[in-house]
Amino acid sequence: MSVDLQPSGRAHDIRRRGNNLGERAFIALSVVAIAVPLLILGGLVVNTLGDAIGRLDWDFITSYPSRRASAAGILPALIGSLWLIGLTAVIALPLGVGAALWLEEYGGKSRLAGFIEVNIANLAGVPSIIYGLLGLGLFVRFLGLGRSVLAGALTLSLLVMPIVIIATREALRTVPGHLREAAAALGATRWQVIRQVILPMSLPGIMTGAILSISRAIGETAPLIVVGALTYVTFLPAGPGDPFTALPIQIYNWVSRPQEAFLVNAAAGIMVLLVTMLVLNSVAVLLRNRLQRRTRR
Amino acid sequence: MRAQSILVALATLLLLAPACGGKGGGAGAIIKIDGSSTVYPITEAVAEEYQKSGGARVTIGVSGTGGGFKKFCSGETAITGASRPIKPSEVKQCEAAGVAYVELPIAYDGIAVVVHKDNAFVDHLTVDELKKMWAPEAQKTITRWSQIRDGFPDTELHLFGPGVDSGTYDYFTKAIVGTEHSSRGDYTSSEDDNVLVQGVSRDAGGLGFFGFAYYAENQDKLKIVPVKQGDAAPVAPTVEAVANGTYQPLSRPIFIYVSERAAERPEVAAFIDFWVKNGGKLAGEVGYIPLPATAEALVAKHFAERKTGSVFEGAGATVGVTVEDLLGRE
Repeated sequence: MSVDLQPSGRAHDIRRRGNNLGERAFIALSVVAIAVPLLILGGLVVNTLGDAIGRLDWDFITSYPSRRASAAGILPALIGSLWLIGLTAVIALPLGVGAALWLEEYGGKSRLAGFIEVNIANLAGVPSIIYGLLGLGLFVRFLGLGRSVLAGALTLSLLVMPIVIIATREALRTVPGHLREAAAALGATRWQVIRQVILPMSLPGIMTGAILSISRAIGETAPLIVVGALTYVTFLPAGPGDPFTALPIQIYNWVSRPQEAFLVNAAAGIMVLLVTMLVLNSVAVLLRNRLQRRTRR
Repeated sequence: MRAQSILVALATLLLLAPACGGKGGGAGAIIKIDGSSTVYPITEAVAEEYQKSGGARVTIGVSGTGGGFKKFCSGETAITGASRPIKPSEVKQCEAAGVAYVELPIAYDGIAVVVHKDNAFVDHLTVDELKKMWAPEAQKTITRWSQIRDGFPDTELHLFGPGVDSGTYDYFTKAIVGTEHSSRGDYTSSEDDNVLVQGVSRDAGGLGFFGFAYYAENQDKLKIVPVKQGDAAPVAPTVEAVANGTYQPLSRPIFIYVSERAAERPEVAAFIDFWVKNGGKLAGEVGYIPLPATAEALVAKHFAERKTGSVFEGAGATVGVTVEDLLGRE
């Protein structure tokens, strides 16, 4: 057994567990708090899966929309969503991390930094449809991007930017001050400290922000409808300038159809959306865990 | 260094996924359609068959009738679906942008009035009784069935209807209340008609209205209410009653508007020709009521002659018209 050098004191706490009635009650409460949402989520997933199971096959994933529920598939929506998320990650993560770095490391307590900080905190609370309107005015009309995947991804990037920035700043703050000081004492420039000490140390936290933002972006519908996502497309986007649709939009369309068979399609679509999100997040979690191990060394 | 390379790796991974699945979009003519969610199932069916027959690519958005006209009048789309005729403000927008259009009725839609399945006392309702329930004055005062007709039980009345942005709401208020877009506000509204179906089917004192297709798919859960106008006998919405115009005042034509400039493009003209020829059968298949053959012929002629403008002259929802009346009116 290796010796744990982390000054966590966790082992001590564990030994004392159960000695105190208050603590026992608190633990019970915590278990309930985690169990209730998990049970509800599990129930929802099982329920949806029950509706969806008959429709979930390879045909469903590789087919285009159709008026016949049994022939309708989700391919353009799935590929459209992957495009959106990919572009959003490429745009929002570097910008968001950069902004957080500036605010934490360079901005200091300047008035400008304070002003930006207040605005980011406010942006985090703005309803998503407002971002849609902004995207429509700025990207679709003013910048002339049209109703394209790129315009949609830029809009989603704005939407998730506050999440990325806030998560990154939290991560940057967890880097112990003595490491910065040590690096500086060795003659490292500010940039070298950031690149070789701070960023690697805080990367796991930054990845958490990325996971949160991707999860948020993949489920968004309202801003995409405003920006001009389509409902019926029978071809896939070949570049960022092409028209597109997305999973939540296709699901919404099916849910609102009168025929019951479309509701089954909607349930199957929800499962596809869930699995897509799980896969994307698992990749991010795997990456984070690897990084965590490396920085511990 | 490591940080960057990991981020780049993640980004590439995410980008590669869609790129692998891509099979080319971009090039080639695209027919852009937008508009009403009511018209959407028909548009989808026609587009699907048209593309199967080797036609050009079609994209369809659903921004609602109003949102569709905004895009249409700015020249963004070639065709827009509308569950009501074009409004004066929209006529002006189109004029200002120099967009001339051909107005084509494509099917009938009946608005079904329904109550709970076990409701035994409602055998029919008159237009006046419906007005009593839905008029703006009814707000907070008409709350019990007994207030609607002598002999109805003294139980609570709960109303369900589409949201105020829908063309169905516009038409219903015009036909029943008399003023378009005016009704009591204290009813349960939803943009999703399936929610209304569920609402009425679970509420013993419920009454709701929505598109005929939603009743047709849920006949086992709901009871239809025949509607009586004036001295006529009460009529329930059926395919025949809607198509021959006896289900009044709650049957209406639904439309597509085709930009005259876009119709000069051969693929758009071919698409509309295809629609006129096959649209009736497809509309029936997705739950709407096809136009009678005589009306279909008139619509075909209307498009062949590229008659522009609206026969409603911007009057908005108009009650109790048949397509033959409309196209013969000019």
